[in-house]
Amino acid sequence: MSKRQRKARFKRRFSLSGWLVRHAQVFFSSLGRLAQRPLGSFMTLSVLGIAIALPLGLHLLVGNLQQLAGNWDGAASISVFLKDDIGQQQALKLVQILEARPDIGQVEHITPDQAMAEFRQQSGFGSALDLLDHNPLPHVLLVQPADPNAASGKIEALLNDLKNLPEVELALADMQWVERFQGINRILQRIALLLSLLLALAVLLIIGNTIRLEIQSRRDEIEIIKLVGGSNSFVRRPFLYEGFWYGLLGGSIALVLIWLASLSLRGPARRLAELYQSSFQLGGLDLATATTVLGLSMLLGIFGAWLAVNQHLGTTEPGD
Amino acid sequence: MIRFDNVSKTYPGSSGGLREVSLHIETGEMAFLTGHSGAGKSTLLKLVGLLERSSRGQVWVNRHNLTRLKSRQIPLLRREVGMIFQDHRLLTDRTVFDNVALPLVVAGVRHQEIRRRVQAALDKVGLLKKARALPLTLSGGEQQRVGIARAVVSKPPVVLADEPTGNLDPDLSREIMNLFQQFNQVGVTLLIATHDLALIEPLGLRTLVLDQGRLVNDSGKP
Ligand SMILES: Nc1ncnc2c1ncn2[C@@H]1O[C@H](COP(=O)(O)OP(=O)(O)OP(=O)(O)O)[C@@H](O)[C@H]1O
Ligand SMILES: [Mg+2]
Repeated sequence: MSKRQRKARFKRRFSLSGWLVRHAQVFFSSLGRLAQRPLGSFMTLSVLGIAIALPLGLHLLVGNLQQLAGNWDGAASISVFLKDDIGQQQALKLVQILEARPDIGQVEHITPDQAMAEFRQQSGFGSALDLLDHNPLPHVLLVQPADPNAASGKIEALLNDLKNLPEVELALADMQWVERFQGINRILQRIALLLSLLLALAVLLIIGNTIRLEIQSRRDEIEIIKLVGGSNSFVRRPFLYEGFWYGLLGGSIALVLIWLASLSLRGPARRLAELYQSSFQLGGLDLATATTVLGLSMLLGIFGAWLAVNQHLGTTEPGD
Repeated sequence: MIRFDNVSKTYPGSSGGLREVSLHIETGEMAFLTGHSGAGKSTLLKLVGLLERSSRGQVWVNRHNLTRLKSRQIPLLRREVGMIFQDHRLLTDRTVFDNVALPLVVAGVRHQEIRRRVQAALDKVGLLKKARALPLTLSGGEQQRVGIARAVVSKPPVVLADEPTGNLDPDLSREIMNLFQQFNQVGVTLLIATHDLALIEPLGLRTLVLDQGRLVNDSGKP
């Protein structure tokens, strides 16, 4: 008898179509439950949207600044001042030699006359300059490295090469500016990462707590479902889907917020770029980022709901 | 079908519970559980439905050793044990139909099958016309019958009832006992806790008497 007793097994049947039907039902009914209390759902979703939009916005800002730094071709260019005794012919020859180098893109030649004209125009010292009996300015070559985004070490090497040329008096690269800019950008990037982690935790807690309140208001229902033989996964399922919807819709609201923000920034950014004659264009959301954001917020929603339900299910086990 | 081997149940911070109860209810049997208030009737039923676990001793239901049953398997046991409560435990925001359908829904029964079986169960308790009503619009007796329909809709081999006639008048109570006897005639094992000795005496069925957690009388034993 006891052997037979130990062998007692429960009948369990599984059908894929039944499983699909059950999931499809819960998929829509959990969305319907959000719609049943529109105000509360809307407020929760707005909070989620803002929480997701903050790190996402910062992330995009960092990306744009980086693009801006890359576009700043002039920043990495090297100003080469030739010696006073170098004449027009020698300067032109040097331009040809330099342009042939593979690590140099373009060389712009500014003659002393051009420099003087520009200086006269910009400085306002026009009449004072007339007093000079000859033009004291040297030939200047503006050298663009072939790869403006090259590591600063490479540009440093090019700079040293140029300095050592016999015709060259002085070579200067205005790289500090770029380096500082990139340093600030790296800090912003780190802040965006930390903010993402913090706000991911916030999203988890917001969704977890929302689901927890939902569970509280449906305690009796959960108890009855378990009394008639509902499994934990049956109880869990609608809440997981609810968490999924919170994540997905909260993420969508964040994307809309970011899209609106980039729309309102696009005009001013273009005008700024025009002022600097830059080809810079404000970059918005790309598809990969948008799907990543939606995917992550969905996962956070499901995970937050899972934590809340499991915490409650733990209290429904029979007492010893 | 239901067997207790020296089962004790103590609640933390309470002197109540069960003390070394042994009993055996055969398949297809219908038995009553009586005793004064606080004697442990509800506690015994809760051990059978695994709403509580025994502190000592072994409980067997439909050949499953409940002492060894894992949490994961509790739902499967509950699908083999229909439970009826004095306070009905119905979902007040769902129709009578949906309430009765619940055990089938959680077990993943197919849609058409659910429809057919719920209608059969409601027909059995005489509530087919009230299928679309909400439980709170029904009388106490009607709500009790919804609870009974829910307990038997999945045709479980065991049905437990905790004071199913507690608030009902004698006529209604007899009607409900009639229903239980009909279930018993198709082979269902029933264990019914009740105070109402006047109601069960004429039936001449097995009666177990509890007193302060001890089984003091069992009319089924020779
Ligand atoms: N969850 C609990 N925690 C602590 N003590 C409990 C608990 N449930 C029951 N008890 C105690 O166990 C004893 C038996 O309770 P039980 O509910 O089984 O009695 P009963 O025979 O069903 O009584 P009644 O006829 O009033 O329903 C009582 O003394 C009660 O105080
Ligand atoms: Mg009781």
